[in-house]
Amino acid sequence: MSPVLEVERLEVSFGDVHAVRGLSYTVRPGEVLGIVGESGSGKSVAAAAVMGLLPPGARASGSVRLHGRQLLGAPERELRAVRGRTVSMVFQDPLSALTPVYRVGDQIAEAVRVHQKVSREQALAKAVDLLDLVGIPDPRGRALAFPHEFSGGMRQRVVIAMAIANDPDVIICDEPTTALDVTVQAQVLEVLKTAQRATGAAIVMITHDLGVVAGFADRVLVMYAGRPVEVGDVDDVYYRTRMPYTVGLLGSVPRVDAGGRRALVPIDGHPPAPAARPPGCPFAPRCPMRIEACEDREPPLFEVGAGHQAACIRWDEVRPWAAGDGAVRPWAAGDGAVRPWAAGDGAVRPWAHDDGAVRPSAGGGGGDGPGWPVVRGARRVLEVDGLVKHYPVRKGAIFKRRVGTVHAVAGVSFDIREGETLGLVGESGSGKTTALTQILELAEPQEGRVVVLGRDTARLTREQRAAIRRDMQVVFQDPLAALDPRMTIYDILAEPLRTHPRAPLRAHGGRAPGARVAELLDLVGLDPSHAARYPQDFSGGQRQRIGIARALALEPRLLVLDEPVSALDVSIRAGVINLLDSLRTRLGLSYLFVAHDLAVVRYLADRVAVMYLGRIAEIGRVEAVYGTPAHPYTQALLSAIPLPDPVRERARERTLLDGDLPDPADPPSGCRFRTRCPKFAGVLTGAERSLCVDTEPEIRTLGEDQGAACHYAEKLAVV
Amino acid sequence: MTLSEEELAEERTGPGPARAAPPSRLRVVTGRFFASRQGRLGFAVLAVLVALACAGPLFSPWAYTDKDFLAFLRPPSAAHWFGTSQTGADVYAMTLRGMRRSLLVGLLAALVSTALAALVGAFAGYFLGWTDRVLSRLTDLLLVLPAFLILAIMSPLFGAGQWPLFVLMLALFLWMVTSKITRGMTISLKQREFVQAARYMGVPPMKIIFSHVLPNLSSLLIVDATLNVSAAILTETSLSYFGFGIQPPDVSLGTLIADGSRTAVYAPWTFWFAAGLLVITVLAVNLVGDALRDAFDPTARRSR
Amino acid sequence: MAGFLARRLLGSVLLVAVAASLAYLLAAGALDPRANYADRTPKPPPAVVDARLTELNLNDRTPLLRRYLTWAGGVLHGDFGRSVTGTPVGEDLARRAGVTFRLVLLGLVCGSVLGVLCGAYAAVRQYGWFDRLSTAAAFVLLAVPVVVLANGAILAGTWANDQVFGHRVLLVGGEYTAGLDAGFWGSLLDRLRHLALPTITLSLGLIAVFSRYQRTMMLDVLGADFIRTAMAKGLSRRRALIRHGLRTALIPVVTYFAFTTGALLTGATFTEKIFGWHGLGERLISSIFTNDVNTVAAIACLAAVAVLCASFAADALHALLDPRVLDARVRGAG
Repeated sequence: MSPVLEVERLEVSFGDVHAVRGLSYTVRPGEVLGIVGESGSGKSVAAAAVMGLLPPGARASGSVRLHGRQLLGAPERELRAVRGRTVSMVFQDPLSALTPVYRVGDQIAEAVRVHQKVSREQALAKAVDLLDLVGIPDPRGRALAFPHEFSGGMRQRVVIAMAIANDPDVIICDEPTTALDVTVQAQVLEVLKTAQRATGAAIVMITHDLGVVAGFADRVLVMYAGRPVEVGDVDDVYYRTRMPYTVGLLGSVPRVDAGGRRALVPIDGHPPAPAARPPGCPFAPRCPMRIEACEDREPPLFEVGAGHQAACIRWDEVRPWAAGDGAVRPWAAGDGAVRPWAAGDGAVRPWAHDDGAVRPSAGGGGGDGPGWPVVRGARRVLEVDGLVKHYPVRKGAIFKRRVGTVHAVAGVSFDIREGETLGLVGESGSGKTTALTQILELAEPQEGRVVVLGRDTARLTREQRAAIRRDMQVVFQDPLAALDPRMTIYDILAEPLRTHPRAPLRAHGGRAPGARVAELLDLVGLDPSHAARYPQDFSGGQRQRIGIARALALEPRLLVLDEPVSALDVSIRAGVINLLDSLRTRLGLSYLFVAHDLAVVRYLADRVAVMYLGRIAEIGRVEAVYGTPAHPYTQALLSAIPLPDPVRERARERTLLDGDLPDPADPPSGCRFRTRCPKFAGVLTGAERSLCVDTEPEIRTLGEDQGAACHYAEKLAVV
Repeated sequence: MTLSEEELAEERTGPGPARAAPPSRLRVVTGRFFASRQGRLGFAVLAVLVALACAGPLFSPWAYTDKDFLAFLRPPSAAHWFGTSQTGADVYAMTLRGMRRSLLVGLLAALVSTALAALVGAFAGYFLGWTDRVLSRLTDLLLVLPAFLILAIMSPLFGAGQWPLFVLMLALFLWMVTSKITRGMTISLKQREFVQAARYMGVPPMKIIFSHVLPNLSSLLIVDATLNVSAAILTETSLSYFGFGIQPPDVSLGTLIADGSRTAVYAPWTFWFAAGLLVITVLAVNLVGDALRDAFDPTARRSR
Repeated sequence: MAGFLARRLLGSVLLVAVAASLAYLLAAGALDPRANYADRTPKPPPAVVDARLTELNLNDRTPLLRRYLTWAGGVLHGDFGRSVTGTPVGEDLARRAGVTFRLVLLGLVCGSVLGVLCGAYAAVRQYGWFDRLSTAAAFVLLAVPVVVLANGAILAGTWANDQVFGHRVLLVGGEYTAGLDAGFWGSLLDRLRHLALPTITLSLGLIAVFSRYQRTMMLDVLGADFIRTAMAKGLSRRRALIRHGLRTALIPVVTYFAFTTGALLTGATFTEKIFGWHGLGERLISSIFTNDVNTVAAIACLAAVAVLCASFAADALHALLDPRVLDARVRGAG
């Protein structure tokens, strides 16, 4: 079959900055090409160039041919006829991709009417059909709604409906699921597959998530610093990797399926700024296989297999990361091949050598299998009992009328023992952030009890509160937002020391802040001489290390981590995760780790609590909850996470959840999950269901350290 | 609270590698400011005007109170560079004197009003609750009161030599809009994680306001202060035009324009020098303010 | 919603009451109506002056509080008292409000429409010649005080009458020619000839402000994702910008328009004074010169009402134009 879309030597530059440097690919009808890259790799700019939608000031050269017709440099009239008809696009952020002031149906109808001579009514009818196709319930009614009345996932469905309105031949998806929750991501990917079946279009899937591509794409193109560095069939790229960067990416992705906990292997450094690329291979400064020849000139794409290309002069020595059997194999030792990430990583990553081994856990005993003894520490650093937080909800920015009460947290209980890490996971709207804020505020909760470091927050004296503020510290999600941009790193790190001048630092009492600041920077793997710089002078990963250093300044006992790695690129993420892991054992810390990413939690936590709509659905030891989840929600959540493993990903059976999170101001009666529960809908009999409708389930113990809030909980392995 | 680099070097244990001094924010902003054409132009014009207002009168034999009884309403000449007025006063001397007064009034009023706006806005936005309700009501009240009318009523109080009182009153009616913006930005800053971090660390609220909130609003405040200068100058002018502002024998651009507009048709020099200088002053101040805004916020599209 | 509206209305009424009271107390304390009689020849006997002042509730020998209560009692019944000449303040201001409205309306419409168009076009062609020119012009216009602008307009009008038209086409002074009997169309033309220069004066300033504001809003929208979506559908840039961009960018500008209208009701002082229109702004100045306490207080009250009405109108327009406003969910006490 002749290709639909051929891109050849595409170059895009903004002034002197070359964002895309020689990108070539072809897509055949019905094929899915995945383009994978980190932020700044030029993948989105390349997509915009194909559509002819580059921002002003960008120059594109090379060739983009659609059905053999040159698009690059074609007159605007011609491009307009193609856009939305032959090539269409799905954008990353569904919240801002729709015009807020027009009805959804009209916006889809507009897409139809631009290219087809049909009446208004016909176009609207077509819009309703499309909404139905992408799985929007009550399409006729919803077509009259405005974009803000849709959830993020539903809006993305609308954007997809718009993209397939004219039966395009190519759909370009630019990070279509990045802004969405993982269960919604699974839904949207399913819709994309439906859309592809309905139109027979080829799809170019741009993403940073190696998991999304593994199950979805036929071929993969990995981009780095504006160039493709590896291209090939999905299986070739994942299992017969020939480019060290791809190897590194695959090795640094936290996986939800990893048996036991293998240490992640981060890639050193960070991607080069587009304006300051090294002369040779752009990856050379971070590459463990670097030799002198790498710095001479940029390597071209070598043919390394059938339809498989890699841009590395030592491609034949590169060994892939791991096979698809789930068990993590370290680099085969003693085979004479180079082992890129085996050593030389410094103090920050103490587990580089014991891949696959059980990490010593300060919580006493750790387990790999369900039969392992579970011994929890005796002292509780945090105890949350029946915590409730509700807000009044008002509608309307002007006429603020109260329309109800949101029970953001509706009776949540858990505890953390000394040296233990509890992962609090949930999707947006689950109440995890509210729960976290309630703990951090140190105020009396509306209902329930919060006991921090042995003190009930409802009865705190001024001194006690100050003492807790010293011993409980927090690390935030967005490392840039968490650091005052007007302060030097020195001032940022010295602030806690100045706030608690008489803090009895166990090891460093009575010393000037300067010494402590240098020590802290050293502790998190940063150069102490950078203390006089400002946060914006650092990369994302470095900033997060500064945030961690600040939290450690007073030698706290409990560290609250609010999505500490979700704002970071994949290759950077692993380093921060490893740092957090090593700090915990070295400093004897306890972590409350809040995240939406179950894979990350698996790496760091001893125990995990899964939240849904303000309540804990399942709680227990990580091995138990991940290995044999008992709550249908946990099962769906785990099965929705894509694995960077094409064979397993294709073979997996997904439990897809229906619809959206219910309105938190009006949760379902009885079990809050029942409206979306696959078990409730498919397995239970009418009599069994009435229990779910009438009675809110409490957490039931199901094993050594595992409990689920489901009347019909059953352990089931899903990953 | 920023430690100087020497102190830092002293405090640090162990030798670190030599480091290049990172560019300070001030230097970056100044650099960006002067890189823009409008910034350079506005600054240069403003500097010339200030120099003229301060040093200009020294070069003229006439003081602004002098009257030349031999020359009434004469066009510009070697003796009277900008001509004379109906009463025989030297227009050059009067104009420069008036400009000095207008500039001073404008600068001071802007300074006071911006400081007021910053404090009220930051406190209302940070503490919310009752503090906010009281301060917001006060802001609304002053917004609703017709400033011009109130200032006009109070004009008898601004008698000779009482211009500082006039400045205060002027400032009192200039701060509300900025304060509302400051309040809104403080509320969003309070949600920002670095402020939360400070709170959860146990830093007292006052300290957070002064070391985190206000410094992070400084760009807004500086730009606003600049734009308030022109607003103050224009308000002063219009009040003085009707005789409600600067009181004789003191002169300002407003009183000069008021006097001059009566004779503008047949003696244009009595009107246009003062009016022209006023326009140039306000224009220069606005240019500086706009360039400052761009210099502070490099991500904003340059609005020229 | 009804409860919220009632609460807001009550708050506004309270605010107006406080503002008007404050204005009255300030005016009654600072202005001296007795001085109006000092320069009269023959000087009226003090007893007569006293009686007259008491009749008008302006006597400074009556305690301020009692005068205030008398005034406030009147206001509650819709009676704003009488001016120093003894005419009812309410009627005078109502008539003048009409004059001001007729003066401002055309200028407001011209100024905002032209300003929005200029700003939108400048933003679309950012850094083009029109953008540079309109930006420079706006900067200059913003720096010119109305006094100078109005005088400039008069000079230009005079010049145009002499040099271009050859006879007096553009008229200065007043709203219409007194005693003119030219039928309906003739009167209308006469009014328009009087209106031209003040309208230009008002519009120029407004165009400058609105074009700057619209340009910023438009630039914000230009980079928005939904414009990109619209173009990805196959819409031309021009259509995407007008249908999706301008419509969205107009929302904040329209609310700004409402505020400007409210402010102009008493804010067209210079234009009225210089062009000799007997509107509210002119009265504002003269009432202070004549120590007319009741009029001053009434104008303050009117100005406060105008500002609050404008803010109501702004919110209503916002809700009308932006579907998000009415259903936006706000968490917390808001």
